[in-house]
Amino acid sequence: MPSTPRYTAPAIALHWLLALALFGMFGMGLYMTGLSMSPTRLKLYNWHKWAGVTVLVLSFLRLAWRLTHRPPAAPAMPAWQARAAHATHGALYGLFFAVPLAGWAYSSAAGFPVVWFGVLPLPDLVAPNRELAEAIKPVHKILAYTMAAIVLVHIAGALKHQLVDRDALLRRMWPGRA
Amino acid sequence: MSATARFTLTLAVALLSALSLPAMAQPKPAAPAAAQLQMAGSEIAFVTRQMGVPVEGRFGKFSAQIALDPKKPETGRVAFTIDTGSARFGSAETDAEVPKPVWLNVAKFPQASFQSTTIKALGGGRFEVAGQLSIKGSTQPVVVPVQLTQAGAASTATGSFTIKRLAFKVGEGEWADTSMVADEVQVRFKLALTGLGSL
Repeated sequence: MPSTPRYTAPAIALHWLLALALFGMFGMGLYMTGLSMSPTRLKLYNWHKWAGVTVLVLSFLRLAWRLTHRPPAAPAMPAWQARAAHATHGALYGLFFAVPLAGWAYSSAAGFPVVWFGVLPLPDLVAPNRELAEAIKPVHKILAYTMAAIVLVHIAGALKHQLVDRDALLRRMWPGRA
Repeated sequence: MSATARFTLTLAVALLSALSLPAMAQPKPAAPAAAQLQMAGSEIAFVTRQMGVPVEGRFGKFSAQIALDPKKPETGRVAFTIDTGSARFGSAETDAEVPKPVWLNVAKFPQASFQSTTIKALGGGRFEVAGQLSIKGSTQPVVVPVQLTQAGAASTATGSFTIKRLAFKVGEGEWADTSMVADEVQVRFKLALTGLGSL
């Protein structure tokens, strides 16, 4: 069996790091929004914001890397599947930016400027405005749910290639030695 | 001069003296005229820090009793009453939290107040107003720097000072942790006044 072409090490590292981060962030978001006001809730919200800005920064790095490094060729598959995979990846990349930016804008609108790790004050994306905050809040949530749904499609596709097609597609992104 | 004429003259002099006496007798300065606070153009805001994040709130309802001659500030008196239930933040969640007993306890302490004790002029329209600030049943001395500017009949007093929330038991129990919410709270004000004497 010929050795499968793989993604570059930074691409693989960013993929799995962000995968972990996005799972964590989604779970955290679900949990913290159900809490009543307490120092714990305040802490979680701030950590969520710090992590969100970190995700945003890593996503920029990832996009830059992706634009300057060609991904390895995928195994042969029907054209519609290739198109679906492409669309899924495109949507995920868009949401890597849209979800944290909507969260940041919501925080700004609600009068809570984001201070990265409690140290670096970031500019407000929008001016504090209660109506705007109420309007952005569901946008952040819906975008996050959309991302979660597309991630599930992404995982389902990868598993289908691994378990049904058995075409070693997943090995391109699998960490460790080939 | 007839007796009648003399009497009339005496009466006239007495009446004149009686009328002019109050105007002539001014041993102490008259109490300064009261100035009016114009809510439009006035604000009392404050900034707290939560995990390094500045969170701004403002009071929507407050009143003032200001009797101050800017030329003789030491004779002046300034008092404020603030409705603690009128504190508004950027989010409804915070609005709902702050009236609770651990924070401002609005149900029991619906008003905060400030009463000046001494007012000093520092020159250039700057004043130093020392007084007693009462919040949530605790009274603490504060010194408030004030910058007064005037344009026509309108005066604007601005300034800011820092208080420590724990001295007023604002944020009790788990919220007394200053690593979560800083002890220092910056108070900022801008007061639009009419009826104040000129500088």
